[in-house]
Amino acid sequence: MIQLPKDLLGLRELSAEQIENILETAAVCKDIFNRDIKKVPTLRGKTVVTLFFEPSTRTRTSFEIAAKWMSADAVNLTVASSSVAKGESFVDTARTLEAMGVDVIIIRHSLAGTPRLLADSIGAHVINAGDGAHEHPTQALLDLFTIQQKKGKIAGLKVTIVGDILHSRVAKSNIYGLIKMGAQVTVVGPPTLLPRGLAEMGVTIETNLDKALTEADVVNILRIQLERQTKAYFPTLKEYSRLFGMNCIRLERAKPDLLVLHPGPANLGVEISEEVSVHSQSAITEQVTNGVAVRMALLYLLTGGGSKDAALH
Amino acid sequence: MRHCIKGGQIIDPAGGYMGIGDLLMDSGKIIQVAPELSGNEGEIIDARGKMVIPGLIDLHSHLREPGREDEETVASGTKAALKGGFTAIACMANTNPVADNPVVIDYLYHQAKEKGYVKVYPVGAVTKGLQGEELAEMGEMAAAGAVAFSDDGKTITNAAVLRTACEYSTLFNLPILLHEEEPKLAGSGVMHEGYWSTILGLPGIPSLAEDVMTARDLLIAEFTKAKVHFCHVSTKGSVELIRQAKSRGVKVTAEATPHHFSLTDESIQGYDPVYRVSPPLRSAEDVQALKEGLKDGTIDAIATDHAPHTLEEKHREFSLAPTGMIGFETALGVAWTELVETGWLTPEQLVMKMSANPARIINRSGGSLKPGEPADVVLFDPRQDWVLEKSQIVSQSKNSPFIGRRLTGRIEAVWVDGVLKYSKERFA
Repeated sequence: MIQLPKDLLGLRELSAEQIENILETAAVCKDIFNRDIKKVPTLRGKTVVTLFFEPSTRTRTSFEIAAKWMSADAVNLTVASSSVAKGESFVDTARTLEAMGVDVIIIRHSLAGTPRLLADSIGAHVINAGDGAHEHPTQALLDLFTIQQKKGKIAGLKVTIVGDILHSRVAKSNIYGLIKMGAQVTVVGPPTLLPRGLAEMGVTIETNLDKALTEADVVNILRIQLERQTKAYFPTLKEYSRLFGMNCIRLERAKPDLLVLHPGPANLGVEISEEVSVHSQSAITEQVTNGVAVRMALLYLLTGGGSKDAALH
Repeated sequence: MRHCIKGGQIIDPAGGYMGIGDLLMDSGKIIQVAPELSGNEGEIIDARGKMVIPGLIDLHSHLREPGREDEETVASGTKAALKGGFTAIACMANTNPVADNPVVIDYLYHQAKEKGYVKVYPVGAVTKGLQGEELAEMGEMAAAGAVAFSDDGKTITNAAVLRTACEYSTLFNLPILLHEEEPKLAGSGVMHEGYWSTILGLPGIPSLAEDVMTARDLLIAEFTKAKVHFCHVSTKGSVELIRQAKSRGVKVTAEATPHHFSLTDESIQGYDPVYRVSPPLRSAEDVQALKEGLKDGTIDAIATDHAPHTLEEKHREFSLAPTGMIGFETALGVAWTELVETGWLTPEQLVMKMSANPARIINRSGGSLKPGEPADVVLFDPRQDWVLEKSQIVSQSKNSPFIGRRLTGRIEAVWVDGVLKYSKERFA
């Protein structure tokens, strides 16, 4: 059996076999969507806490549904960012949760590295639900799972990631996962949003979206974070949209079976047009469904689950 | 009291004595250094197989007093310095209250006299409250004994303010010590911008942030003819800029810290805030450039930037932890291991950079074992390996990245003004 580490902090530290195992288990878990009663006893008696220091609806709900469908007790904790300012110690919060007998903590934090600090401080399993510009491993896993399901494979595919690579934990986790699974990755964005050291990560760097799309099998479009606009990495959203926005004209010029992904929530009309977002080549809603399956698989595997076939038993 | 250190390998490049010999001290002064002394030697210390070097002088430290006595005090900091072979240390002005007036300078001299283990040289602020706007009372502080001026911890971003401060400082012939980091370019960065900041997702501080300020201030130094010294140089670009300026005759000096020439940004992989420091640990290429700068004399001095922080401050989210690490107790060991053991510097070069050159930069005595000089002497065993353990740290704060690391070169004994203050783990 392929073991996972105690914690899922990022895809950088997983092997291709471990990722493959998660994806295969997710495929088993996805069957729950076909059932009338979406509840299995697999994680009965386990307590799963979502500890979010940053607002999030999608990721958190997805984890909560995954935990509940597997009969774990799910507790949601929102820590207002102001309590950091109040001097509340993060390490102390972690120890408190540990003392309450929590089995899994799912953490989101605006500061990179906090899931690691949490994992080092306690014995419970930690899942990183996004930390700063570091990693967002469950998003990348659900992206990989969606590609696998739609294309039947990952190895050998050409995947283009578009947008704000500098601040994107989604991009980072996708790059690790895709390369480990044998895909060729191209990243595209304005030079101001392409961080140093990218090339050493094994990706091709491009600043022209049209060029980067010509041979792509998959395009993953990152959300432009409007709240970061104060730092002005590009002049206007209109200009960004013209240079890096995914629209129907670009879709038509690309390969006819180009698969379009977006981690959501999308700024429609900025990085992706509404038409593309609902196009038959777009898998955006399926990504959300797959997110639940992947998170079920992870909760199962991390808490010491047995074979993948037993996940829903 | 008369002491004679006999049979050691004396390394005194500033005084011009290199080789096996005896060193006689009395009444706080060096009396004589010769291949073999006899008669009226007082207490004899056998130094065979060991090195005898001038007491180390640190240009850059934070004693945290007044204001943060929970992190360090003059007593605890100077005790740690003594253990590290330092017989004199300059302490920066970013205390609370800021050392921007003669009262704080007086206070530091008073504390050092009452409780200090080594000589303390207070550095006064360049600007009031380190705000970078109005000049602090430089003349009053010079009269009170400030050895230099610095807004260390902060960069003087207003070029007109720095130009004025430089011109004014020439009245007292005291150096201005500059911390170089352009704040807009540094932004919210917490580590060096490069491959590792991308991997770790932490906001980066580009080397450009240091280089643009170094370039500007080399021009200001050249223009004003003031004594300008660059603190904790960390980038390849700054080394090159300083090298070029020196080669065209600009009278500036520079220091590097042991952590900047021995650690890289890769150390931050585990997000341990002990590695968070300002300026940040840089790339392997920058480390190499610092070593080259040390070798060719572009970098004149090795300084610790000893910056104590409590466990509570450091055991937290990387981005929220304060910058700085302690350095007194490991400086010589790290420098010896990284620079001398590797053949990069000769023992004489290292001794110059840790004693005579710092003394010259702040225009103080010391750094030499010539007769008549203060008897600030270190007995050092260059072959002794040791491992720093947390429980052995004398500094009140324990934020050292070198805990658990094997170092070569151990300090055996230290004399300050002819008094044996430290010997084999024991303090007098």
